[in-house]
Amino acid sequence: MSKSLLDIAERVVGWAGDGVDVEAFVARDHETEIRAYGGEVESLTVASSMGIGVRIVRDGRQGFAYAAALDDETLRETFDEALDNSRFGSVDEFAGVAEPDGVEPASLDLYRSELVDFGTEEKVALALELERATVAADPRVTGVESADYADTTYEAAVATSRGVAASARETGCYLVAYSLASDNDETQTGFGFSVGRHPGELSAEMAGADAADRATRLLGAAKAPTRRLTVVLDPYVTARLLGIVGATLSGDAVLKGRSLFADRMEEAVGASSLTLVDDATDPDAFTASAIDAEGLATRRVPLISDGVLQAFLYDTYTARRAGVSSTGSAVRGGFKGTPGVGAQALRLTPGTRTQAEIVSDIDDGLLVQGVTGLHSGVNAVSGDFSVGAEGLRIRDGETAEPIREVTIASTIQRLLMDVTEVGSDLEWLPMSAAGVTLAIADVTMSGT
Amino acid sequence: MLEAELVNRTLSVAMRTGADFAEIFAEDRRSSSAILDDGRVEEVVSGRDRGAGIRVVVGETTGFAHTADLTETGLAAAAGAAAAAARQSGGARRVVEVSSLDVPRPLTVRVPPEDVPKSTKVALLTAADAAARSTGSAITQVSARYGDGRRRILVADSDGLFTSDDQVRTLFSVSCVATGDTGMQTGRESAGRTAGFELFDLYDVEEMARRAAQRALTKLTARPAPSGEMPVVVGPGGGGVLFHEACGHGLEADLVAKSASVFAGRIGETVAAPMVTLIDDGTMAGEWGHYGIDDEGKPAARNVLIADGVLTDYMWDRLRARKEGRASSGNGRRQSYQHLPMVRMTNTYIDNGDAEPDDIVADTSHGVYVAQLGGGQVNTATGDFVFGMTEAYLIENGRITAPIREGNLIGNGPDVLTRIDALGNDFAMGSPGTCGKDGQGVPVGDGTPTLRVTALTVGGTAA
Repeated sequence: MSKSLLDIAERVVGWAGDGVDVEAFVARDHETEIRAYGGEVESLTVASSMGIGVRIVRDGRQGFAYAAALDDETLRETFDEALDNSRFGSVDEFAGVAEPDGVEPASLDLYRSELVDFGTEEKVALALELERATVAADPRVTGVESADYADTTYEAAVATSRGVAASARETGCYLVAYSLASDNDETQTGFGFSVGRHPGELSAEMAGADAADRATRLLGAAKAPTRRLTVVLDPYVTARLLGIVGATLSGDAVLKGRSLFADRMEEAVGASSLTLVDDATDPDAFTASAIDAEGLATRRVPLISDGVLQAFLYDTYTARRAGVSSTGSAVRGGFKGTPGVGAQALRLTPGTRTQAEIVSDIDDGLLVQGVTGLHSGVNAVSGDFSVGAEGLRIRDGETAEPIREVTIASTIQRLLMDVTEVGSDLEWLPMSAAGVTLAIADVTMSGT
Repeated sequence: MLEAELVNRTLSVAMRTGADFAEIFAEDRRSSSAILDDGRVEEVVSGRDRGAGIRVVVGETTGFAHTADLTETGLAAAAGAAAAAARQSGGARRVVEVSSLDVPRPLTVRVPPEDVPKSTKVALLTAADAAARSTGSAITQVSARYGDGRRRILVADSDGLFTSDDQVRTLFSVSCVATGDTGMQTGRESAGRTAGFELFDLYDVEEMARRAAQRALTKLTARPAPSGEMPVVVGPGGGGVLFHEACGHGLEADLVAKSASVFAGRIGETVAAPMVTLIDDGTMAGEWGHYGIDDEGKPAARNVLIADGVLTDYMWDRLRARKEGRASSGNGRRQSYQHLPMVRMTNTYIDNGDAEPDDIVADTSHGVYVAQLGGGQVNTATGDFVFGMTEAYLIENGRITAPIREGNLIGNGPDVLTRIDALGNDFAMGSPGTCGKDGQGVPVGDGTPTLRVTALTVGGTAA
């Protein structure tokens, strides 16, 4: 490795004059992405990228600039640009960069040299194997829309003029297939994936089988009549729902009057079976990280315990404004963005029964295996919730005919209160939440 | 951005070990943005992003590498990596010679955003904030965003192409929260063009702010949306999202080639009501999806996809077109130099029909009127798609009545296209959008006149 990223960040921070606070975030990654199609490599991408984001707070005014390069001239230009930008921000007494808070970062080992040592030919073989396994899993699978292997080796460092100096590195890889299954004129699709810190943890067999199963079980799906029923969310769907719930619990939404739960602290906001924590120190989480995007230690934040709201998430700015401490919940979309507040690794405490056991108690329901339009039909401010859904009807305790082209709708507030059971099948998914089966009563399914 | 000689040498490295095609895509992007929230200008941001992506095709395999290092060494390393990545089969060795240096197109931008003082940009935000809040105390929160970007690209390839483009886009949006007895509601308004700061000659940010505020206020009295199938009238502009999802993605040749589209193999067939003529047009000057050349160097074009209900063509990028022995339709786009190009829409629209919009509503005994849409999503293999309604009303006895709450509508593309039974004469372009596909986002526009679908499923909670 050439010059360490932390050295670069600290050098830029060193340019701060009196009365100027600086945060430098420097990141670098190396990626490989391979797409298999028709038994051949359709595309193979190898790429490295790096960059810096500089945030400056002067006299309570904030400015930011970024650049996708780390040469000396670029660093200086970026610093100067951020400094100039700070002239135009509004004065905000709470604006500032992070300072050490005494919380020791968790000891997480998220870097695997096995990934770095894994050869390109072996990666190609994995992608080809994924396509093969997907097609072989069921005779009705006619092919794939895509079968990808991807990996990343990522490192980042943050330094501030108030003494923060932190860095982290990690590896990650995944296989993901989108299958096409056909029966007569009808086609259905399904995805399957496998994630790990290094390729030895991946299973093409499992990802392919999942992709095939998700597509084939929808063959023959039809629209259903509109009715109210109990929905059982697949772990993947639950994880996506948790992402929305997490957004409503951000200190930023609370302070700026955009949170449904702003005035509900210590009140019951969910069913008593709901216990939700955000914990990026959990090494099993795909998004585990010992430090947050401002360089502070991440920590376990109990958000909802037995249905009762216990905490909101805060970064340095929102914590100062609210008069509390940061929960180590600063997130950012790479070096091009300023830090904001967000959930990092949400996890519901699992229950005791499997999905099949939960389904066996439901007379009239819908097992939801996929949802669409979370960005277009869900409003985290008003709470309106309406998404496209596909899955299997549940009749008399068993899964029955496949359903498509329906929506399921409620409100975020009601969904949490109407949870009847959390499954035992907790699994970490390639997103900032763990999946688990979730049963929710009294949801409207709109169809014919 | 790069000298022709350097480009030649880089392409030669890419072709050295044998390839059918090699291409260098260089990009220099500068952007600036400013965000106001909670009454404060929170963020003033500038960014610089520059680099090159090199693509090498050998047989069916594409090798791709990108670099932020535009020196000869950096480019050669990326070219070598892309060539190595593509080397899954043998190919013929060819010598590359690019020479036909195009004259850069004249910039159509009247007021380059980089010449506008930051203080002027910031002033737009504070003006919008004040205007939104002036609509009443029920407006409890306002955020506004200004953004501009200048993207200079250069494309050169082993077929001798050497061309460039200079794309400037400017965007403004404002979002409001209204609070009442029934909780909080949101309203949003946005405007964006492939143009400079003259955007604000066309759009008054205070007027936009008041409209966003009004939208949020209106929804405070909204009732739950109905659920089930019913006639849906979509107001002017908004329906573009519907077509983008219902059939636009399904007409992208890369998805068609993999049989991942319900429109595969249907050229020449009637796929829509006879009044439907669908066009994708990257040449619409100033529109959000406009450009001079696509990200493979092909000039933008106007492509008729559906003519009087009959499917006439798909949209093509270079790779897909080459396999079919035809020309690209100018739809090869990528998010940045870090991405491979693929088939993407530009500005997708349906032209005017002859109905009076008021008559369309008056002729609808009951249903839903969607005044503003909020994006959507489609599964091209099944044709099922959703789109969100962010401002909508009930239609009762031929009249637009109570506002309803937000939600998705769901339909199936091929079904919905044949269920369009009225097109108004009030064509308008919709809001600027970012279309996502396979992890890449690109700016797209769309437009329609008022239109009616005889049956769509509205995903509300009311009986």
